[in-house]
This record gives sequence, structure tokens and C-alpha cells, in this order.
Amino acid sequence: MSSIGPSSRSIVGRLLAHRSARWALAVIALLVVAAIAGPWFTAHAGHEQLDIVKLKNTPPSWRYPFGTDQYSRDLLTRVLLGARISLAVATLAVLLSTTLGTAYGLISGYAGGAVDAAMMRVLDGFLSIPRVLLLIAILTLWNPVPLSGLILLLGATGWFGVSRIVRAQTLATRHLEYVESARALGAGTGRILLRHVLPNIVTPVIVTATLAVGNVIALEAGLSYLGVGAREPTPSWGSIFFDGVEFFAGNWWVVFFPGVAIVATVLAFNVLGDALRDVLDPRQLHRSAPVTPGTQPRENG
Amino acid sequence: MRRQLAARLAQSLIVVIIVTTISFFVIRSAPGDPFSYESTTITPAIRDHWREQFGYNRPLPVQFIRYVTSVAHGELGYSFQMHEPVAVALAAAVPRTLLLTGLALGLSFLFGIIIGVLQATHRDGWFDRVTSAVLLFFYSLPDFWAALMILLLFAYWWPVLPAGNIVDPVMHDYMGGWEALVDRLRHLALPVLSFTLLTMAGITRYQRAAMIETLPMDFIRTARAKGLSERRIVWRHALRTALTPMVALLGLMLPALLGGALFIEKVFAWPGMGLLAAGAVAARDYDLVTATVIAGSVMVVIGSFFADLLHMAIDPRVRE
Amino acid sequence: MADPLLRVRDLRTYFYTENGVARSVDGVSFEIGAGETVGLVGESGCGKSVTALSLLRLVRPPGRIESTSEILFDGQDLAKLSEKEMRKIRGARMAMVFQEPMTALNPVFTVGDQIAEVVRVHHGGSKKEAWARAVQMLETVGIPAPEQRATEYPHQLSGGMRQRVVIAMALVMNPALVIADEPTTALDVTIQAQILELMRELQQRLGTSILLITHDLGVVAETASRVIVMYGGEIVEEAPVDELFKNAHHPYTEGLLNAMPQVGHERERLATIPGSVPPPTAWPKACRFHDRCPYAWDRCATEHPPLYQIGPGHSSRCHLAEEPERRADKHEPFVVMAGAEGRP
Ligand SMILES: Nc1ncnc2c1ncn2[C@@H]1O[C@H](COP(=O)(O)OP(=O)(O)OP(=O)(O)O)[C@@H](O)[C@H]1O
Ligand code: SF4
Ligand SMILES: [Mg+2]
Repeated sequence: MSSIGPSSRSIVGRLLAHRSARWALAVIALLVVAAIAGPWFTAHAGHEQLDIVKLKNTPPSWRYPFGTDQYSRDLLTRVLLGARISLAVATLAVLLSTTLGTAYGLISGYAGGAVDAAMMRVLDGFLSIPRVLLLIAILTLWNPVPLSGLILLLGATGWFGVSRIVRAQTLATRHLEYVESARALGAGTGRILLRHVLPNIVTPVIVTATLAVGNVIALEAGLSYLGVGAREPTPSWGSIFFDGVEFFAGNWWVVFFPGVAIVATVLAFNVLGDALRDVLDPRQLHRSAPVTPGTQPRENG
Repeated sequence: MRRQLAARLAQSLIVVIIVTTISFFVIRSAPGDPFSYESTTITPAIRDHWREQFGYNRPLPVQFIRYVTSVAHGELGYSFQMHEPVAVALAAAVPRTLLLTGLALGLSFLFGIIIGVLQATHRDGWFDRVTSAVLLFFYSLPDFWAALMILLLFAYWWPVLPAGNIVDPVMHDYMGGWEALVDRLRHLALPVLSFTLLTMAGITRYQRAAMIETLPMDFIRTARAKGLSERRIVWRHALRTALTPMVALLGLMLPALLGGALFIEKVFAWPGMGLLAAGAVAARDYDLVTATVIAGSVMVVIGSFFADLLHMAIDPRVRE
Repeated sequence: MADPLLRVRDLRTYFYTENGVARSVDGVSFEIGAGETVGLVGESGCGKSVTALSLLRLVRPPGRIESTSEILFDGQDLAKLSEKEMRKIRGARMAMVFQEPMTALNPVFTVGDQIAEVVRVHHGGSKKEAWARAVQMLETVGIPAPEQRATEYPHQLSGGMRQRVVIAMALVMNPALVIADEPTTALDVTIQAQILELMRELQQRLGTSILLITHDLGVVAETASRVIVMYGGEIVEEAPVDELFKNAHHPYTEGLLNAMPQVGHERERLATIPGSVPPPTAWPKACRFHDRCPYAWDRCATEHPPLYQIGPGHSSRCHLAEEPERRADKHEPFVVMAGAEGRP
């Protein structure tokens, strides 16, 4: 692999040439547009209770394509509003977890020796704690957690996998001949990390992050379903469920439509992640199976 | 071999200690404690008395040592919600979770491996395309939502199977041996089905990748040159080698698996650890929440240990 | 010569790749007699391995053996056999020894198991008998403590030992023909000599025919009685060993001989002929060597040379056979690909 990394123009080009990637990108673009502009175009405000007597729990119809919930709120509006929260929460959380994980992995892999060993044991500990259990414990006990806190927590519990991948790659890169010689020529640690190691880990990190976005959207929805996710008055897709799930056999649409939105989004991110892996560097990523991103166990909530 | 095992065991112990430490401090650093819930009848004096009694007013490190000591004695605290010691509640729940998870895991690996191998040997054919697409869809489903939809489908719209619980809460005690077994299996069906579909998706993807990596290897060509049948080459030579990363995957996926179990149990009212945790969350059952996190992590550590043993059994190269 | 053991006629193996049709083996004909050792030499990429794999019909898609090809072995045309009938030949009547002993063995089975498997598949019989035969075979190839070694895994053995195991696996059914594709290239020099010695000894003892593929003319000189030189998917020269070393006719063979390291010197790859083997999707027109040949003249770039008969058992695909006076006109090749020193 070159020390410069694949050029960005060719990546976009090849991605656009990839059929399923085009679909995924289109879906994601649509979602982003819907999240930004959607609520302006719908007839009602997300929290508006239309008519608590007559319009409570109405099934989907032309007027209310997704139906209404138990407070007579229009579900389409709420799903569109939910896109904002869900996408924003997931993107920010993944940004945070990717940064943390990359930093941890870089330090561990580059330091090597006892530092690496200790950091890896701690990581083993983190990796053994089921993320969902830890999250619900913290969210329950720290209740109520504001949206920013939720993002921080999702980010802070999501970096373990990335750091493993980054560390493995850093270790491998560190001993490459050109890196050794750069060091022999007196290049500083910062320079080596930035110029030689980072380009080699960009690919797996991007792929992992893409897949993680979908994962976190689903995870947040799961937490909301349990009652500890994003809270009113800002509905995420998950918190719409929470309102509807109690009687969901009777008003299935309350659970169904936000779920479809989540599935479409997660699917789009997963397809995009797969395509990115194909496009960026198929060879490198299929090797050394246990740290191959994208084939890792999901934490879907 | 024996030394390697001992080292692995020691490592597991260290991880358990680290996990307990992390969990304890993360959870205890939360504002409030079991006695700070809102109530009009409990005076601050009573709260302070309780804090004093249960040691919640001491410095954190002291609390930690007390906690570790009591955990070492098998005392995990008291569940206010279940009205019984946490250890008792856990002891009842853990086997049920193991049953559900174990069954789903076994079936997932069985089907995942078979489908993954067939996908790899018929790469880019119609079977590969169709199953890959369907499984990527399953892979993208949030656990709880998929479970809810399956529940809606098979328990409400087309009510062929019971909606929840491990047995019929009323009739089970009056059933004969055979009937009771059928009742149990019927209650297992939906949770296991949902859990299997969801878990299988990732396993299949992984198995497919592992096989695709193995099939072009030199020793597969050697096997062909020996005059072996294609079936023997794929299912004996290629699969045995491609199973090695699968065992590594097994160890890695355990935490996520327990997380998944939580949602499945919640949806299907399966009274295992997950339902216990979900209930504890709703009721702010402090000790129970802490204990489920730690118990869950310890289960993961034990599981990874056995996954490593399996790895050693299956791959002679790590067996030195 | 009576009916030879193997008679290959017009073997063509093409790979239908995205970059065009790779004509890796393009009309190869040769024979191997019973008990004979034939060397097959040529630079990297000239089609030696594909030829070998074609004989066993082990070419995988997108590769295909074209329908013109005939592989007469033991009186049957292997090119026409069904896959099932072909499996009865592989490992039993015709076996193969691969280059990389590190990767040619399955890492998760014991070596005894892997040898015994051949016996069980072709010969049937009990597991115990097959195992006993495997142990016996390990002893035959000179592995000490064979009972113990049979229960070990490939990674527990040294490279030389592993190659012995591979040889044992190839010979366990007493095949009529063994194809050895660079059996010693991956080994240390001292081990190489041992393995070659072993193959020679076994060949004499068992009467097996051997097709020995190698880069190394030195190896051929020591082992084979006849040599086939390949270039660009074709046979360019064929001769008895002594004749080839004394009277090489084809300029390519000449180049190979000049590039041969002297005895006792460090061994190196045969890549000192200027230029490099062109890709099999675009062989040069007419004589495929003309862009690298120091004797080439205009005829070479327009007319494809046939295999000219030079002497008894000696043929060469070079127009110099008809215009020998051109040999005096040695010059720089027409085109030398810039910086090309053979492939790494
Ligand atoms: N599976 C394949 N797909 C496409 N082309 C192939 C394939 N296998 C071999 N070839 C092409 O066929 C040509 C001949 O390859 P072959 O392996 O026979 O060379 P060789 O003479 O054995 O070289 P070496 O000394 O390196 O082993 C090569 O140029 C190679 O690119
Ligand atoms: S035919 Fe011409 S170009 Fe080809 S080898 Fe002979 S002299 Fe050289
Ligand atoms: Mg070769």
C-alpha cells in the first residue's frame, strides 16, 4: 500500500460507479434532505395534538399517511422530525467514538511494549462489557440525561472496536521498511504517525465509521424503546416507539413506520459501508479476519 | 498447552477485575443513589440513615472495597423491585438467558455456516445474491423492532404461537409430560426464531468472507490434485480452515449477543437476565442494575474463555 | 519409442479475463516416456505452471482448456474425461508436487492424515491401513521417526520436511507420472540438493516418470534426460540435456544458458535476458521473442516460426534454422522494455 493512501477523487468516482453504493448514497441524501427540510412541509407541528378525542390512534389514511399516535399527533411529521434527531445523534456519536478509538489505537500500537499490553488489557475489559447493558445502567442512574449527554455516552461506549483495528494496523505499519527508515532518518513521532501510519488506517476507519452510524441509529432506537433514549420534546425515531409500543398490537403503525425509517437508514449505511470496503481496498480489509470491519458483530439494540 | 491454559485463565481473571472496577466506578459516579428517589413520606433523616447503613456515605474507594468483598462472598445486594436478594433473582434468570441465547447461537452458527459456505462456493450466482441481500436486510434490522414485527405477525395477526413467557402461565401446571414439553417449545419458538434470524445474518457474512479467503489457497489446490471430490474439498478442507476465524468471531460477538438477548427477552417477556435488567431500569433498582452489568460482563469473559478453548481445539497452530 | 506414457498435442489453455484473453499456453505438444524425467524451463510467466495444471485439468475459471487440445495419458484422452473420471487419475496415476511447501499442506490436519486421505479416497480400505501406508511413505521419503511425525501438523515441520511430506503424498499411490512444479525453489540451497537427490532416488526405485518444472537449468542438468524450453506460451526448443547444453539453438535458450550462474556461485533468477516476458493477453506477433532477440531480422516480425527439426530429438522454433548465416549478425534487440529486469 502506498504511503499517500488512495486519492480521494478516484474513490468518489468508483463509489458512484458502484451500483448499490449509488442507491445507498441516494437514500442517505434523501434522508438528510427530509431531516432538514421535511418538517417545514408537513401540515402540523410534531408535538401538535390534533384532536385528542377524534384523532387518537387513527390508522394510516390519505390525510395522515402514517396514522396518528395515542396523543393524536401526526406520525409522518414525527418521523420526519425524528430523522433530524436520530441522524444527528448517530453522526455526532460516531464522530466522537471514531476519534477516541483512533487515538487510543494509535497510541497503543505505536507505543508498543508494556504500555500497549496494559492498554489492551483495559480494552479487553471494555470489550467484555455488553454495551447495551452498560448504557442502560448509566442512562438509568444518571437520569434524566440531556441529548448532548446521550451523544457523549454513545460515543464514549462505541470506540473499542475501532481502536482494535487501528492498533493492529498501526503495529503492522510501524514495522514497514519505509517507516523504519523514516524513523532512522530522524522523523519525529508526530510526523511518522501523521504521514505514514494515519494514511494506512484511514480506510478501515472510514468503513467502520460508516457501518457504525447505522448501528448507533438502531442502538439509540433500542434505548428509547426501553425508555432511556432521546426524550420529549425532541422525538427520535426510537422515542416514537416508546409512546406506541404498549398497545402496539392495536396501533401497529406507530411502531411500523418509524421502524421502516430506521431499517432503510441502517440498510443504506451498511450497503455504503460494504461498498466503501470494496472500493477502498478490498485486499487489505479481507485479511486478518477478526478485525475485518463490517463483518464484526453488530450491537443493534 | 497446560501453561497456555493457565495463562489464559489468569488473563480472564484480570479482565473480570478490570470489568468490575470499570462498571462499579462508572455506575457509582452517577449522581444520586438508591435512596435519592422522590418520595414525600421519606425524610432526609431516614435517607441518611439508610446511606449510613448500606455504606453509601463513605468514600468511593472504600465503597468499592466493600462491594468487591461482598461480591466475593456471593452477596450482590438486595433488589427492591423483586423483593429478593439480587443473587437469587440472577440465579433464576441466568439459566433462562443461557437457554435462549445458546439455542439461538447454535442455530445461527449452523445455518450461518451452511449458507455462508454455499454463498462462497457459488459466489455471485443467484443464491449468493439473493441470500446476501436478504441477510443484509436482517443484519440492518434493530433487534427489538424485528422481534416486535415477528410478534405482531405470528402472535397477533396470525396467532399460531404464544406471545410471551416461557410456559403458559395458567395451564402449564396441569399439562402432562408431553404436552408440557410442546408448550415449552411453542413458547421458545418465536424468541429463538427472531434471535436466530438476527444473529445468523452477521455469522453468514463472516463465514462467506472466511471461505472466500480460504478457497484460493494453495492447499485447496493440493486437495484437488489429490483427486478429492469437490464436496470433500469444500466441506472438509476449506471449511475446517475457515472455521478458525469463526471461533474468534464467537468470542468477539458475545457482548453484542447479550445486548440482543436483552431486547428479545423484553419483547417476548422471556424472564431472563435481559428482562430483569429492563425491569430494573424501569424501577431504578440500583443494585440489580449494577449486578446485571457485572454479571453480563463476567458471562462474556467466561464465554470468551471457552471460545478460546474451542479455538485451541480447532486450530493446531495456536496450540503450542 | 513405443507408445509414450503421456502425449500432449496442441494444448491450449486460455484465461478469459477482463483485460482480454490470456493465451497462457498456446499450442504446446510434447511427450513423456515411461520412467523418463523431462525438464520444463522458462522465465516466470511463460506458462509452465498453467501447462502443469492443465495436464491434471486443475485450471480454474476463467481459465479453460480449449477443445483442440489432446492429453493422451495411459491410452485415454484426459481432455475428454468427465470430472468424475478425472478425479480417479489425480493423485493416483498422475500426481503433483507444488512449489510452496509452506502453503501446500492444510494447516489444520496432521500430515499423516493428509497422506492417508489419498489412500482412502483412491484405494479404500480401513483408516488403519491407510494410516500405516502413510507412515510407511514418510519413512520412504526419509523422515525420521515417521510414526511420531505423522501425528504432527505442518507448522511443526521444517520447510524441507514439509516438502518431503508433499512428495510422500504425491507418491503414495505409486503414480505413473509426477509433475513437480519448482519443488525446490522455496527451499534453502542445502535442502534443495537433498530434495533433488531424494526425487532422483525415488524415481529410479519406483520407475515413475517426472515432469520437472524449474527456472534453474542447473537443476535440469542434474536431474532430467530431456529438456523443453517454453517462451510466451509456446515450446521454443526441445532437446536431450547434453545436446541442449552443448548445442543450444534457440536464441532464448542461449540467453537462459548465459544467465545461468556458475557452479558454486549464488543462485539467482533467470532474468538477465534484456526485456521481460510480455503479458499473455498480448504476445508479440510472429516470433514471440523477436522484441528481445539479438539476432532478429524482419522475417522474425512477420512470420511465425514453426518448430524446426535441428537434429535427432532436437527441435527449435527459430528461423535461424533456415538462415543460419544470420547468427553472425548479432545486434541489440529491436525493443528493450525500459528498466525491465524480469518480474520480481
Ligand atoms: N487464473 C489466472 N487468470 C488469469 N491469468 C492467469 C491465471 N493463471 C495464470 N495466468 C497467466 O498465465 C501466464 C502463465 O502463468 P504461469 O503461472 O504458467 O507461469 P510460470 O511459467 O509458471 O511462471 P512462474 O515461473 O512464475 O511460476 C501468466 O502470465 C499469468 O498471468
Ligand atoms: S525467429 Fe528470429 S526473433 Fe525469433 S528467436 Fe529466432 S532469430 Fe530470434
Ligand atoms: Mg509457475
